[in-house]
Order: sequence, then structure tokens, then C-alpha cells
Amino acid sequence: MNRSLWTALRALAITVVCLIIAMPVVWMIAAAFKTNVQVTDPSVGLIFSPTLENFRNVLADGEIARSLGNSALVGLISTVLSALIAVPAAWAVGRFRMHSTGSLVLVARIVPAISLLVPWYYLFAQLGLVGSYTVLVLSHMFVSVPLILWIMIGFFEGLPIELEEAGRVDGLSAFGAFRRIALPLAAPGTATASLLAFIFSWNNFMFALILSDENTKTMPVTLFNFISYASTDWGGLMAAATLMTVPVLLAAVFGQKYLVAGLTAGATKG
Amino acid sequence: MSGFDRSNRRLRWLMLAPALGFVGLMIVFPLLFTLNLSLTDAFGAVNAGKGYNAGQNYLDALGDGRRFWPAVWRTVYFTVGAVVIETILGLAIAMLMRKPFRGMRVVRTILMVPLLATPVAIGILWLLILDPTNGIANHLLGSVGIPPQEFLGSVSQSLPVLMLIDVWQWTPMMALLLLAGLSTLPEDPEEAAQVDGANAWQRFRYVILPGLWTTLMTALVLRAVDALKTFDILYATKGAGGGSDFEVETLNVYAYGLTFDYQEYGLAAAVLVLFTLFIVGVVVLLRRRSREASV
Repeated sequence: MNRSLWTALRALAITVVCLIIAMPVVWMIAAAFKTNVQVTDPSVGLIFSPTLENFRNVLADGEIARSLGNSALVGLISTVLSALIAVPAAWAVGRFRMHSTGSLVLVARIVPAISLLVPWYYLFAQLGLVGSYTVLVLSHMFVSVPLILWIMIGFFEGLPIELEEAGRVDGLSAFGAFRRIALPLAAPGTATASLLAFIFSWNNFMFALILSDENTKTMPVTLFNFISYASTDWGGLMAAATLMTVPVLLAAVFGQKYLVAGLTAGATKG
Repeated sequence: MSGFDRSNRRLRWLMLAPALGFVGLMIVFPLLFTLNLSLTDAFGAVNAGKGYNAGQNYLDALGDGRRFWPAVWRTVYFTVGAVVIETILGLAIAMLMRKPFRGMRVVRTILMVPLLATPVAIGILWLLILDPTNGIANHLLGSVGIPPQEFLGSVSQSLPVLMLIDVWQWTPMMALLLLAGLSTLPEDPEEAAQVDGANAWQRFRYVILPGLWTTLMTALVLRAVDALKTFDILYATKGAGGGSDFEVETLNVYAYGLTFDYQEYGLAAAVLVLFTLFIVGVVVLLRRRSREASV
């Protein structure tokens, strides 16, 4: 086949794929800037005079702002704590070839979360912790710790061990080799894993649905409760959904290279 | 290396202990708890009643043709449909993007959007697009002469529509995983095949696909596990019970409803144990298939 024709067809196909993937999200963001009359009129496309009214309304409510704050807080704390315990563990697994322990990661991924939620609820209710930030952070860490472990084991295995051995020859302890040599080299991997862990915590719906209360509920739960207003206030709903999605979109744009590496970690080794 | 290894046995366990201990505590006790619960008649509260009923919950679940088995079939239908379409489309997109092109970065960024966006928000945006009276979907269908559809408002269309939303959301993930796999393949065998006169399809079928097999099967396992457990988007768009006629009630939605809407803890735990065994079975089956490298 003609070479330039083939190139043109390929460009066309890729463009179509991108449009199909991007358009629904673009449509949501556009709807957030429409009046409620415009939202419910599909003939109003992407060209209209935007209004900030929807954002003003949902943020004036206070509930959305608080939920966004809760999501950010739970996401940040659970990610930092997870990285603190998972990164050293990943180094130990990667360097000392303890791969059977890695299978715990797989178990954590297979088990349906609901089968854990009931016992967690029961246990944390005994401790008077249901509805607290503590229980939300712990439940989100249950997702983050295996995720960071999974990504970082692969990352540490990819680092040349010679550097650490040289450090040991120069008198560093094994822990020193980890802290002064491996850890700085692993900074990009740690950043990738932490960013993904934060995003998954930010998106988590089911844990907060059960374990949070009125004051601690995170944004996905608030958003879910808003759905019942759909028919009356599409614009507000879209503004709330946009506020939830924009931070993730920014992460995708600025962290593209790292996030792809993190998402595909482990898959090419089998 | 062996001295390096042995002298640090204590250190390595010290570094592993917090993470392993945490995940272990969060998973081992709850699993035993659920297993125990599944053998009791707990109802209303997890410690209410608590008489052991000799596996009655399992018999009840397996003999329930009204909610349990339909939920099993919906789970299978949703997972098989979504994962098969996602694998084929993902492979096609990965092949399209294999050779570098201008704008690769932008395209990869766009591919990441659906899989990083909040599932509940995705549910909401599709509710707007698919709204039977005001949505853009029926507007577009109308412009090519197709009558308006009910989409998520219809009992028969809800599950296929949600399957297609899943395809929209997760095909990019498949594409990115397979693209990563393709980038690790050596170029020599393919060039050799080309010199030997193999056409594009033959090179794909007999050179690229076998090389990609491990990645493909790993991606398939990961995606299948997540698809079996899909919850957020089903619950966000259709609510408790998967709709008025339970039309999108998969095993996960069913177990959630039994637990948190009906407080049928004993039965719910039995369903969850069966569900977990089902997922484990799927994983074992797929992994065995992947070892028989029989492309």
C-alpha cells in the first residue's frame, strides 16, 4: 500500500480513538460551565458563553468544599504513611529476593473489598473509630501499600546493585546503602507510586461510603449523594464532578511519563 | 554477596515487618471473620444470633435462582464481554501507536484520562450523556435517524450500556499495558520474517503475538479481576440492588446489598466466600492458560 496513504489512515484512526476517549470528559467540563437551560439542550454544543454560576453554587454549599478537603487530607496522609512502610519493604523484597512475600500483594488485589469491610466495621466500631479519619486512612492504606510495594519492587530490581555494593565497601551499613544510595536513586519511582496511590485514594468510593460519617465523608460519597439532584440541577452536578476530576487531569498532563510507567509496572515481566 | 545477605537477615525483616504486618492484619483477621460469619445465621448485627447453621447459607445461596444465580450470570456476562472487547480494541490501539509519531505524548495523556478519573464522576457524566430526553447520545442518534433509546433507564439495555462504559474506561489501560509490552520486543525476528516474505498479518500472528503473549495474559488477569469486582460505576448509576429489576446486580452489588441494605450478614458472608473462590478460580485458570504458551 501507498506509504503516505497508510500514514494518513493511521493518523486518522488515532485521532478518532482520542476523540472517543476525550469527548465525554470534555462534554462534562463544558456542561459545568453551562446554565441549566443549556445543559438540558443537546443542540447547545461546545460553543456558548460560559458561566461560573454552577461552581459558585456548589462551593457556597460548604459540603462540597469540606468533602474535597477530606479527600485531599485522607489521600495525603494515607499516601505518606503507605510510602513510609512500603518503600523500605519493597527494597528488602527486591534486594533479598523474597518474592513469596510479594504474593500477599496479589491476595490483597483479589479479595473483594466488601468481605473486608464488614469485619473492619465491626472491629473499628469496637474501638469507637468508625467515622473517624483514622479508619479512612487505614482503609485507603490497604490499597496504597500493596500498590506502592508492587511498583517499587520492580523499580529497585531495575537499579544496578553494584552502586550499593560499592557503598558497602566504603563502609556503609546495609541500611545505609538503602538510605544513602538506593533511596535517592529511587526518587522518581517513589514519586510515581505515591502519585498513583494518591489518585486511587482520591477516587475510592466504597470504603468511605461505609466507614465515613457526615463530617469525614470524602468527595466521591458526596458526589454520589448529589446524583438524586441530577434532573433538577445538572449544571451543579457537573460542576461538582469537574471539581473532583480536574486534579486528576492535571496529574495526568504533568505526570504523564511517570504515571504510564507506574500503571504498566510489572505487567511486562509476567 | 552471601555475607551481604546473611548479616542482614534481621534488617530485611525489620524493613518488611511494618508493611507485611499491616496488610496481613487488615486481611487475615477479616477473612477469618468473614469465613466464620458465613457459617452462622447472623442477621441484623454481626454478633446477633450467631448460631452455627451447618452451611445453610451456602445451600441457600446456591439454591437461589432469583438473586444469586442471575447475579453470577450478570457478572460473567459483564466481565467476559468487557474484557474481550477491551483486549481486542486495546491490542489494535497498541499496534496503531507502536511506531513513534508526532503527538505521542498528548495521545498517551488522553489515554490515561478515563482510567485515572473518579469512577463516580464517570458514572455521572455518562448519566448526562445518556439521559433519554436531554442527553447528547439520543440527539446524535436522532440525527442519523435512529429512534431515541432508554439506555440506563431500561431494564434490558442497562447492563450492555454499562459494559460499553467499562470498555470506554478500560480499553486505554489495555492499550497502555500492551504498548509497554510491545516496546520490550526485539525487532530482529520481525525484520527477519519480513525478509522471508511474511505479510503484515503473518508477522503479527506468528512473530508479534507470541512475543506479546505473557504481557497479554498478565493484562488479561489484572483486568478480569477488576472487572469481576466492578462496583462504583454500577452502584453510582443504578443505585442499590442494581435497579428496579436487579438488572445490573452483579455478585459484588448483590453482596453489598445483602450486607449493608438488608444486614443479612451470614448469607452475605457465604456469597462473598463463593465470590472470592470464583475470582481465585478465574485467576488460576487464566494463569494456567498463559503458561501453555500455545499461540
